[in-house]
Amino acid sequence: MNIRGNSLLCLLAAWSLLCAILLAFPCAPLLASEGKAKWQGVDESVVEKVARDHGREAHTPLINTDQGDLLLFVFLLAGAVGGFAAGYYWKSLMGRQEARVPEEEP
Amino acid sequence: MKRPEAKPLIILLLAAGGGLAFATPAHAMHISEGILPLGWCIFWFCVAAPFVAIGLGQLKRTAARDLAFKPLVGLMAAAVFIISCIPIPVPTAGTCSHPCGTAMSAILLGPFISVLVASVALLIQALFLAHGGLSTLGANIVSMGVMGSFSGFVVFRGLRMAKASLPVSGFFAGLLADWVTYLGTSIILASALKGSDAFLPLATKIAIAFIPTQLPLGILEGAMTAGMVALLHKKRPDLLVKMRVIRAAEVASP
Repeated sequence: MNIRGNSLLCLLAAWSLLCAILLAFPCAPLLASEGKAKWQGVDESVVEKVARDHGREAHTPLINTDQGDLLLFVFLLAGAVGGFAAGYYWKSLMGRQEARVPEEEP
Repeated sequence: MKRPEAKPLIILLLAAGGGLAFATPAHAMHISEGILPLGWCIFWFCVAAPFVAIGLGQLKRTAARDLAFKPLVGLMAAAVFIISCIPIPVPTAGTCSHPCGTAMSAILLGPFISVLVASVALLIQALFLAHGGLSTLGANIVSMGVMGSFSGFVVFRGLRMAKASLPVSGFFAGLLADWVTYLGTSIILASALKGSDAFLPLATKIAIAFIPTQLPLGILEGAMTAGMVALLHKKRPDLLVKMRVIRAAEVASP
């Protein structure tokens, strides 16, 4: 990436962040509802709320892992497997590059 | 041999995995089981099916032609799965949501294979993570897979044709893909739940409700996409040439 590209990207990111913050604050009260828990996912605070308002309720999933700490365990497992797979394939892709570049003689 | 350039990505992946592992599960664009009426579930499955089928065909053909393609698909599948599971708290809204990662996979693998990758991630999440639902899988594939992947791909290609740099194109592809995904969810929900009400006001209301959370997260998704594309350009420019992300003549300057 050249210096011009870097500066442009930083400028765009800063501009977008500023716009996002300026727009996000006025929109935030639209999400507010009585007794809304802090840090809910938007599926609960938006999707399920709209569905409830229109007479639809979310059902329990077919395989309900949302019981006690079971969901934490499943997320831990998914994180471990996903992280391992990502690392493995990254190494596999980058390893090929190393194999092609001959090492310098000491 | 040490590769210091790979460190940021390894740290990012570890942080992502760690964040996913220790986070309190929260969901975002995923439409849960039971929210959509059966007719709409079937309709969205029918819409999603051709994209998944074409993605499968493309994956089979490309993987047979190029051995380096499978690890790239594996990397993108793992990345999309992790990214679309991580609940990120947004202080401006007091809620959590997640980026999608589909722009990144659409740029690198093409939009159809990206739909397939998103479908696999959504299926695993619906089956084991109480994240989304099996009956609503078609709808979730359409919003995150189809709309996210195609919008990201079109924006990226459009900006590249307009001579924008690789990271800038990646940034806007990620940003727009994230926002279009949530716009897609708004459209899907509004069309199924409107009843006798007008469609447009409800769809607008839902889309506005997503704004406080998704506006900042879209920027994060843009930065992630730009970072991934720039990193791959630095480490494996030949791969980007092979995937037709850049031309061979561009290898020297992104």
